[in-house]
This record gives sequence, structure tokens and C-alpha cells, in this order.
Amino acid sequence: MSKFMTWVDERFPATKVWEEHVSKYYAPKNLNFWYFFGSLAMVVMVLQILTGIFLTMHYKPDSSLAFASVEYIMRDVPGGWFIRYLHSVGASMLFIVVYLHMFRGLLYGSHRSPRELIWLLGMLLYVTLMAEAFFGYLLPWGNMSYWGAQVIISLFGAVPGIGPGLSEWIRGDFVVSDATLNRFFAFHVILVPLLLSLLVYLHIVALHKVGGNNPDGIDIKKDKDASGKPLDGIAFHPYYTVKDNLGVAVMMTALLAVVFFVPELGGWFLEKDNFAPADILQTPPDIVPLWYLTPYYSILRAVTFEWLPGGAKLWGVLAMGAAIVVLFFLPWLDRSPVRSIRYRGWMYKTALTLFVITFVMLGYLGTRNPSHVDLGLLKNVTWSQIGLVVYFAFFLLMPIYTRMDRTKPEPDRVTGQ
Amino acid sequence: MNKCIVSVLMLLMPLVVSASGGAGNLDKVYIDLSNQPSLQRGARTFVNYCLSCHNASFMRYGRMATDLGISEALLREEMMFASDKPGDLMVTAMPAAGAKAWFGVVPPDLSLTARSRGADWIYTYLRSFYADESTTTGWNNALFSNVAMPHVLYQWQGARSATFEGGGVADVSSVRYQSVVPGTMTGSEYDAAIRDLTNFMVYLAEPAKLVRYEMGFWVMLFMGVFIVLAYLLKKEYWRDVH
Repeated sequence: MSKFMTWVDERFPATKVWEEHVSKYYAPKNLNFWYFFGSLAMVVMVLQILTGIFLTMHYKPDSSLAFASVEYIMRDVPGGWFIRYLHSVGASMLFIVVYLHMFRGLLYGSHRSPRELIWLLGMLLYVTLMAEAFFGYLLPWGNMSYWGAQVIISLFGAVPGIGPGLSEWIRGDFVVSDATLNRFFAFHVILVPLLLSLLVYLHIVALHKVGGNNPDGIDIKKDKDASGKPLDGIAFHPYYTVKDNLGVAVMMTALLAVVFFVPELGGWFLEKDNFAPADILQTPPDIVPLWYLTPYYSILRAVTFEWLPGGAKLWGVLAMGAAIVVLFFLPWLDRSPVRSIRYRGWMYKTALTLFVITFVMLGYLGTRNPSHVDLGLLKNVTWSQIGLVVYFAFFLLMPIYTRMDRTKPEPDRVTGQ
Repeated sequence: MNKCIVSVLMLLMPLVVSASGGAGNLDKVYIDLSNQPSLQRGARTFVNYCLSCHNASFMRYGRMATDLGISEALLREEMMFASDKPGDLMVTAMPAAGAKAWFGVVPPDLSLTARSRGADWIYTYLRSFYADESTTTGWNNALFSNVAMPHVLYQWQGARSATFEGGGVADVSSVRYQSVVPGTMTGSEYDAAIRDLTNFMVYLAEPAKLVRYEMGFWVMLFMGVFIVLAYLLKKEYWRDVH
């Protein structure tokens, strides 16, 4: 140990933290493809912060200047278009990575005891990330930014009693305006990123307290050698740092391919209507949020039953909220004796497959006109209603089918990847 | 491993299908930003005709000249009618208040039209004008019914009358044109001129497009090498994991 590190260690636990969380943190050796996405999410988040800092240097949070300042970045700022595309594509990439990360949890039961807190903190991260994306989407001040914000904020108007006052309070005006843009800018560049950083820190602290799950869903801390190192564990550094490095290389290649060749990705990452400046007199033909929020938007629009007490809108908003809230309860809804899908029976496998299909379908339908027929046979709104039922059935029936399911015995030691 | 990758690709499948959709009746235009003469011809049309009433207020004259290989002398002499500084934004000399009085609407800024409406839309729109006595300008458009804009390029295309199949509403898919007064260009010459103009407007909407494909190629090459090295490094470190 160098003299310098000794000096530091006497005043700050640098070596201790490094060993505890990196060089002597033992992760299961059988982590597969699905375990890339946690570290990837962190990498994309750092990318978003770095590109965001540069964008903030040139962006003007002013309703009369915002749209032009984004075009100024795209044209007159050297390399500005690259930074801007990295940020806009990065936002979508972060959600892709996070959705795959959450799906990994469903596959291998990563949310199950003793990792409930990791799941809860992760869910808080997910909800906070949605807020971050929503606030950020207003900033280019395009027409879809404007009307998207208008629609989402007006949802708060459905709250009985205080509704209209509440949405006015959020906007700071009777319509989405300069006041709204300024506060959203403040939330997007400082408040929410601070929250996200704190939550990422807590998410990782909780993970390192109990140790990571693995594709077999079994505890690797049962079998340790004489020195206390798990037999099926390998040091995070260098093994997983070099492995995650490969994951980062592949993901960055995909991200950069989109940035350089198809930054709009056919309207999925940057919408056509957002290349026209915000116009209070011109509503876009279809107001849709970006793809990562559309599953919930579908659920909102699926509730069309006006005979419900309080009206369809209120219940739509409640259903949308419940669709997110129910995810928090996952660790307690799942009653299977095993964690991993490898040892579960056909019921959970079928349920999970149906759920994934439904989630993707709801996401697609959220971008389409509800009264059109895009999936054949039924109107989009009817498919959304079916999707809503399947979505909630997956969670609410989980205590039943996970207990009934015929599971296979778990192995004592981890198997392959 | 392979199974996992396939399932991820399947999850992402719907992302590849276009989210924008619609507007299936537009004529397709072939965009080629590497064709510099085409971009220059388009730019000439743009500054001579479009810029008389419309702005391209996110674009600078000098940037356009540099990107399209136009000399500063030629730029000043032939292309700058509303300004004498190449660093200026391309803004029309027509006052907005006057435009509102004359056309009933301020002509929209054209900097981003190729991104907000698409190249095919511009190409179809500029080839869909017809003479119509019932409007104030005497012109109408089969794609954009009752548009306030007159047929600015009518000397090139000539005047045409239009009939719509089934006698119904103006619709670009059912329109039949009849030449009334011949223009200075043949039909295919006019199409080519509009293609050049559209090509230019695609450039105008995103000047970075001129460089990003080529840069992307080198970046992909670099990332390819990076992936191979990252893979070999991982393999080397993991040799003792069984």
C-alpha cells in the first residue's frame, strides 16, 4: 500500500469501500445476458447528464426562444447536433435498457425476498425517470411537446374537487406557457436528476447489502470457502467490469448507429410534429406521448365507460395510476416457492409471456388512434381494454397461479448461464 | 444466449415499424444529398421564389454557401436579396404584417418543413396546384385544399385545371389535371426542378445530414474494433472461471 493511500485511508475509507463494493464484492459467476442492463442503465444515465450539461449551455428556457435555441444547437453550435441526438436517443435508450432490466427481474425473481427494497427503490427510480422524461420532453417547445404536456397536466384536472386548481398550480398559468416551461426546466435539469442520483445510490447500496440474484435464483452465500468467499462468486472487478465493458461497447454501437443514421427512428424517438414550434391554436391530429409512456396512456384511454361514477376520465386516470402502483407490490404478489423461471411451471411462463405481449401491444396502441383498426378484427380501443384486463390479471391473480404452479426442485449450486 | 438476443429483438420489433404512418397518397421523391448540383439548383429556386414570402430563419446564408460549394461572390451577387451579410439568417424582406393583410396568414417558416411534413409531402404539394376561379388567389391545391399560397411557379408549370373523380372533394389521389396554359418547362423538367428544390429543403431542415452518414460509418468501424477488443479482453480475464 502506497504511503499516499495509507494517508487517505486514515481519513476516508477509500480502500475499504473499493474492496467492499468492487474488488472484493462477489457476484454470482453465472450472470447471463440479462444482467448487462443494470450497469448499462447507469452508463446511459451518465451520458444523459454529460450531454445535458452541454445542452444547458446553449438552450434558452424561454417560450419565445426555446424552439429556436434547439435549432441553434442543431446548426450553429459545433457538434451540437451530435450532442442533441445523443441526448434524445439516449432518453429512449435509457427506457429500453430499464425495461429490459425490469423484465430480468420478472424472469429470475430478483424482486423476491430478501431483495424487496431493491425492487421498491428501482420502482421509485422508474417513476422518477418517467417524470424526468416528461419534463424534458416539453423543453424543445415543439408542437407535440406543448400538446403532450397540455394533455398530461390536464389529467390532474380529473381529481375530484381540487382538480382544476391543481392543474393550474402545476402549470403556473391557465394554459401551458412560459411559466410552465421555466419550472419544467428547473425540474428537468436539477431537481429530478438529484433525486435520480440519490435513488441510484440507494438502489446499489441495497443491492450490495444482500448481494445480487442470479439466473438460478438461488443463494450463493450458503457455500463459502475458508476465507468467506462464496464458492460460486467471482470478484466484481475485474470479472464483471471487463464483461460490462463489452456490454457497453455493444450498446453504444447500437445507440450511435441510431444517432448517426436514423436519429428520428421513424418518428419513435423524435416525432414529426415536434419539428413545428408550439402553437396554441393548432392541435396536432393525434396527441401521443413518446413510446416509453404509451402503455399507460393506452390504459388511460381504454376506460371509456361514461356511466362510471365521476366519469370515464377519472377512472382512466385511476387505472393508469394503479397500473404503475401495482408494480410496487410485485414482491408480495409472487408466492412461488422458487425465484427463477428456470424452475417454475407452465403457469408463470404463460402468464409472463402474455404480460410481455400485452405490454408491447398497449405501447403500440398508445401511439394509434383509438377508433382505428390497426391490429385486425377489433378497434384499437377494444384491444386496449383487453390489454388492460390482461395487465391487471397478471398481477392480481399472481398470488393464486404462482402458488398453484408445479415447480421443479432448485439445484444446490449454480448451473450454467 | 442466442435465444435471449432473438427475444430482445422481437421485443423491439414494433419500434422499427413507423410510428408516423398516414399520408399514403403522396408521390415518392428520391432524395440524394450527395448530388451537389441538385442542391445548388434547389437553393437558387428557393432564394428566388420561396424566400420572397417565407422565412428560413434558422439558416444562415454563409453556412448554406459553404455546405453547397457556392462561392461568396456568387452568393452575394445571385442569392442574397434581403441582406448583405453572409452571416445573416435567411429572412424574407416581406413584412409579416403585410403578409397577414395580403394572404390572410403569415407564410410559415420553411427551415424545418422537410422534417415536420416530410420530403414526399413537399414534392407532392408543389406539383398539385391548379387554377380555381373560386379562390381569392385564383389557385388551389389538390393536396392542401384552399391553401392561401398562390402557384408561385406557374410560369414554369403553366396553368392547369383539375377534375376530381366522382366529382367529390379535392383529393390528391383522385385528381386529373388538364393543361390550360402551357408553361416554360415540360412536365418532367418541372418535376426535376421540384425534386431539386425538395432535395435542398431536406438539407435545409438538417444541415448535419450532409456529414452524419459518413461520420457514422467511421464511428461504426471504430466501435466494431472496440467490440472485438472488449470481447477478447473479457475472454482473457474469464479463462479461469469455470
